[in-house]
Amino acid sequence: MSAEDVVLLDCWVSPFCMRVKIALEEKGIQYEERAEDLFGGKSELLLTSNPIYTKVPVLVHKGKPVCESSIIVGYVDETWASPPLLPSSPYARAQAKFQADYIDKKLFDAGSSIWRTKGEAQEVAVKDFIEVLKQLEKFLGDKDFFGGDSFGFVDIITIGITSWFSAYEIFGNFKVEDHAPKLSAWINRCMQRKTVAKVIPDPEKVYEFVINLKKMMGFE
Amino acid sequence: MANEVVLLDFWPSPFGMRLRIALAEKGIEYEYKDEDLRNKSPLLLQMNPVHKKIPVLIHNGKPVCESLVALQYIDEVWNDKAPLLPSDSYLRAQARFWADFVDKKIYDIGRKLWTTKGEEHDAASKEFLDCIGVLEGELEDKPFFGGETLGFVDVALIPFYSWFLVYEKFGNFSVEAEHPKFIAWVKRCMEKESVSKSLPEQEKVYDFVALMRKKFGIE
Repeated sequence: MSAEDVVLLDCWVSPFCMRVKIALEEKGIQYEERAEDLFGGKSELLLTSNPIYTKVPVLVHKGKPVCESSIIVGYVDETWASPPLLPSSPYARAQAKFQADYIDKKLFDAGSSIWRTKGEAQEVAVKDFIEVLKQLEKFLGDKDFFGGDSFGFVDIITIGITSWFSAYEIFGNFKVEDHAPKLSAWINRCMQRKTVAKVIPDPEKVYEFVINLKKMMGFE
Repeated sequence: MANEVVLLDFWPSPFGMRLRIALAEKGIEYEYKDEDLRNKSPLLLQMNPVHKKIPVLIHNGKPVCESLVALQYIDEVWNDKAPLLPSDSYLRAQARFWADFVDKKIYDIGRKLWTTKGEEHDAASKEFLDCIGVLEGELEDKPFFGGETLGFVDVALIPFYSWFLVYEKFGNFSVEAEHPKFIAWVKRCMEKESVSKSLPEQEKVYDFVALMRKKFGIE
């Protein structure tokens, strides 16, 4: 099997794309990364393989597209069995999917609100974001990873967004570590993994990206 | 081991209906508990502390929340009968994608039809029909989204049919007129007892919405 069999339509700064890259790295799958210019003009392949949302990531496996990052990670897990990203018991799997769904619904949007707002609205946004972090700490408990002893599905769903935390901290004038120390420790633990360190971008580069994004979107 | 199944639900909820259908398809006996959402039970708050929402499937005392997560759980535990997801990993990903599409679109756009007016309302009417069209396209010539039998997407989507009188009256359209193939699929689903017994009467849902509109001062 060659890298051409697996193509990822990607954007380096997207936490959703990071999920898929980490999953593929964990499974030791060779893949071709195709960078999409989301502001300049989406490629023909992106428009035809994800006509409903025209968003990245899209995994194209032997010519067939899979869309929506959490669904793609599930597909990667089911297609390449080893090592398993989800636990084997149906109840533990349901817990993992529930937590991933919570993170999907809450984390990125809560963070985005921080850099899209000012003054009082921003203070509220920071407060809401911290509440989400506290819920994540409840999910984590005293475990090393969300799933237990091993790095798995929920860790993969969550770790990419943490590369945006530095930007949120600067704009919102707070420190994640002050409010969610266990989560901070979990972040450092994950960053020790080769697969994660390879994929996660430099938070400073993400911060610069957000500054430009703010300008482009007219949030000053 | 005793197999105790409890469903915390609310009778007009399409999300709760999904689980009712799945449990019926699999022939699983369960205790149904209707919640008063203005006065949530201690059990609901204990079983779903994160969202405090229904439906919650409680299996041998352990809760599973979020309807699509619970559907997959039901499919995995009771895997001897009426499989909802296919075995091929690509087809599974496609099924999850379309169920997710239903989740992202149908409920929220449908809600706008009876809670908004003017431009927002008209845009919602158009978008709702567009979504039905997209789903109709995805169905192609198959009897069900799952192929020959009810599948994951069918179970995720058909409950919204119980809200069609609401959507059509407030949206001012006829789904059958715009998308007859979709209604043909609806009728095939409704022929199944697991579906017809799990959905409330459209008139009952309509009366419920009329009451909600009065309560929230929407006219």
